[in-house]
Amino acid sequence: MVNEAALRTPPPAVRAGVAASAAEAPAERRVKLRCRDFHFYYGAFHALKGINLAFEEGAVTALIGPSGCGKSTLLRSFNRMHDLYPGTRYEGEVLMEPYGVNIVDRRVDAMAVRMRIGMVFQKPNPFPKSIYENVAYGLRLRGERRRAALDEKVEAALRDAALWDEVKDRLREPGTALSGGQQQRLCIARAMATDPEVILFDEPTSALDPIATAKIEDLVQQLAGRVTVVIVTHNMQQAARVSQHTAFMYLGEVVEFGETGQIFTAPRIQQTQDYITGRFG
Amino acid sequence: MSGGALSAEAAARGMPRASVGRLRSNADLIFAAIGLVALMIGVLTLTALIVDLAVRGLPRLDLQFLTSFPSRRPAQAGILSAWVGTALVMLVTAVVTIPLGIAAAIYLEEYAPKNRLTAVIEVNVSNLAGVPSIIYGLLALGLFVYLLGLGRSILTAGLTLALLVLPIIIVATREALRAVPPTVREAAYALGATRWRVIADHLLPYSSGGIATGVIIALSRAIGETAPLITIGALTFIAFLPAPPVRPEFPFVSFQWLFDPFTVLPIQMFNWVSRPGTDFLPNAAAAGLVLILMTIAMNLTAIYIRIRVRRKVKW
Amino acid sequence: MLEGIPARQRAKERAIEGLLFLAGVSSILVTTAIAAILIYESSAFFREVSVVEFLTDTMWTPLFAEPRYGILPLLAGTVLSASVGLLVAIPLGLTIAIYLSEFASERMRETVKPVLELLAGIPTVVFGYFALFLVTPLLQRTVLPDLPGFNVLSAGIVIGIMIVPYVSSLAEDAMRAVPMSLREGSFAMGANRVETALKVVVPAAFSGIAAACILAASRAVGETMVVAIAAGQQPNLTLDPTQPAATITAYIVQVSLGDLPHASIGYQSIFAAGLTLFVLTLLFNLAGHALRRRFREIYE
Repeated sequence: MVNEAALRTPPPAVRAGVAASAAEAPAERRVKLRCRDFHFYYGAFHALKGINLAFEEGAVTALIGPSGCGKSTLLRSFNRMHDLYPGTRYEGEVLMEPYGVNIVDRRVDAMAVRMRIGMVFQKPNPFPKSIYENVAYGLRLRGERRRAALDEKVEAALRDAALWDEVKDRLREPGTALSGGQQQRLCIARAMATDPEVILFDEPTSALDPIATAKIEDLVQQLAGRVTVVIVTHNMQQAARVSQHTAFMYLGEVVEFGETGQIFTAPRIQQTQDYITGRFG
Repeated sequence: MSGGALSAEAAARGMPRASVGRLRSNADLIFAAIGLVALMIGVLTLTALIVDLAVRGLPRLDLQFLTSFPSRRPAQAGILSAWVGTALVMLVTAVVTIPLGIAAAIYLEEYAPKNRLTAVIEVNVSNLAGVPSIIYGLLALGLFVYLLGLGRSILTAGLTLALLVLPIIIVATREALRAVPPTVREAAYALGATRWRVIADHLLPYSSGGIATGVIIALSRAIGETAPLITIGALTFIAFLPAPPVRPEFPFVSFQWLFDPFTVLPIQMFNWVSRPGTDFLPNAAAAGLVLILMTIAMNLTAIYIRIRVRRKVKW
Repeated sequence: MLEGIPARQRAKERAIEGLLFLAGVSSILVTTAIAAILIYESSAFFREVSVVEFLTDTMWTPLFAEPRYGILPLLAGTVLSASVGLLVAIPLGLTIAIYLSEFASERMRETVKPVLELLAGIPTVVFGYFALFLVTPLLQRTVLPDLPGFNVLSAGIVIGIMIVPYVSSLAEDAMRAVPMSLREGSFAMGANRVETALKVVVPAAFSGIAAACILAASRAVGETMVVAIAAGQQPNLTLDPTQPAATITAYIVQVSLGDLPHASIGYQSIFAAGLTLFVLTLLFNLAGHALRRRFREIYE
């Protein structure tokens, strides 16, 4: 398997040296994604200006900030979603560890990046295919054809997404027939089925009711420890509930980054204080 | 689409969209009446046409008519060679134009970079759609019949009509592809799908209804086309059938029919219409009736598919 | 390095992209081929006949013993039949468009538009039959008893009815693209629907509507079977629609029905006539599409 072979690649020594010197919060812990002077442009518009951030492996990191601050743009850079649209440009580095590969370098195959970094979108977007096929699709893309293996992984992913009991008797029904909250959990199962190393959530509950939102938040917390999670949200309570680290972004820059508890109780920067107390944004 | 909560509300209540305005004067009612009359002229024309063809043609339209070759005697003449020719020409047209049109649309919609070549192709496709059909006939006469030496054959006719309806398929396929929301595309890409897998596994299946509609409309247009086939010199008196595609001896299939001369329904009808006198008028009407029923059936199928797709797919 | 998709699959992706690209440029090849064939075959024609004679001579008799090659009579027939057609299609089509866009309910629109599509889908040879055997006799029995059996008027009227759906759907698209806020502004001033439609919506959609008319004109000019069947096939330099006349398209049909030897001047003459028609419709199409694009840029 492609995946496993890559995983066995030891991190290059050079990169290890760089990692130690990079400026970011949780020091001695292992870092999964590391942005170093990362810039992003939509045509002439400079959307992200010199981002320096480190995302801890197995932790949940929240990106917060007012609309248009660049938090979704940053998230979508991590699986190269911007490649789909003309006129976009990445500059600088987003290193994925332990490979030490700059995943925003256009010479790096975007498909290889996306195979390791899954994504859950703002609006539930299941394929108009059966529930089973929705979850199995990523596996099929990776060349899995054995029926038993597919069945097993689909079930495991649906269990991970706390959806198995609700859908086990109707796996052949279209995924689009589920309720909004179920659809979003299906999308989580779809992303989890392929064992990604990182999973990106782009405001995953903004289209959902409070009960469905609570279920998604539970799931996100359960994922911590197994995968690295990056979640964009403009619900600050949500960020406080689910994440260990929080980055506050404004106008395309990271204003403050730290432990979630510290950001919400004792922000060091006035702008952060203003935002979390609702004075702007 | 026009926005506005008012209009959405009006539409939801099944009211005219513009009814946010007060019906203050009779002018509105008078104009509505004029509009209806204008519409009725179209509807009445269609009705008159069908009724006339039916009245004059139906008595002539029997099994013998469908199974006879053309003849000098109106009562014995039929459309056997015409409908067989139409079927075979359509086969060639479909085989060429459907893959080519869909492929071109996929390229323009999913691959083409935003550059000058793409812009030229875009303008070119919309202009091709407006080139008179008879010009395609001249192209075919010069290129297929003489330059490539394909003769006045079924192959030439099929290729000609394929080029003629190509823009229709391209435009319809592009619209259908564009109707798939970007979020579904992104979901597939995010799982690591390559561009072609996104297209083959998602975009094409989800837009198949729209593409089918375009294909049917394109073929119904091709079935009715007369002028370009006259230009390539399609004979009008064909009292034999093309070579059969299946043979009893090895290799069992034959493509000889591709190079055989042919006639098609609209040309047969034109032939009967342009005879002096009215002896062949019932034949012309009967052929016209077959033709119009075929095209109406195809168009209705297309409309039905479109409505069903619109009802079924809610993104 | 992150391992991505296998090289073989990558090669397959490239091959598919290449094939699709070829399909994409095939449309350019078609246009090029059309232009090349028309120019190549008519260049032989123009070696025999001067461009001046072609454009100014008032007689078109290429198949006579003493041939004359003036395109004017064919052009006159073409312009005449297209004009009659547009006189029918534009008022009818625009009225329908205004009605559907500004007056009709959603349900009415959903019912009526398919009917218009059916009308647009009828083969032109059937419309030719309609002109010759229904419209002409009807005119002879009612308003024009002296109308000859073949005449431009019936053909033009039927061409007009034929392109009504084309005009109405393009114009309706244009009018529906006008933002609702403009209408609301007008209604707020106390205007009724007719006033709003004619004084606000139509002017706002003007370039889109003009594009619809120009594209319809291109259709009318290129229509073949109706005129070939119902307008007669003799070239006739006249602007009287009650007379028979040949159009460029009808001439091409007439020659094609005969058995002219390849590379004879008669054969080449249909390419010269075709080239004229192609240039004419190309100008209409380019203008129409340019207007449409500009209109779309305003509102989208």
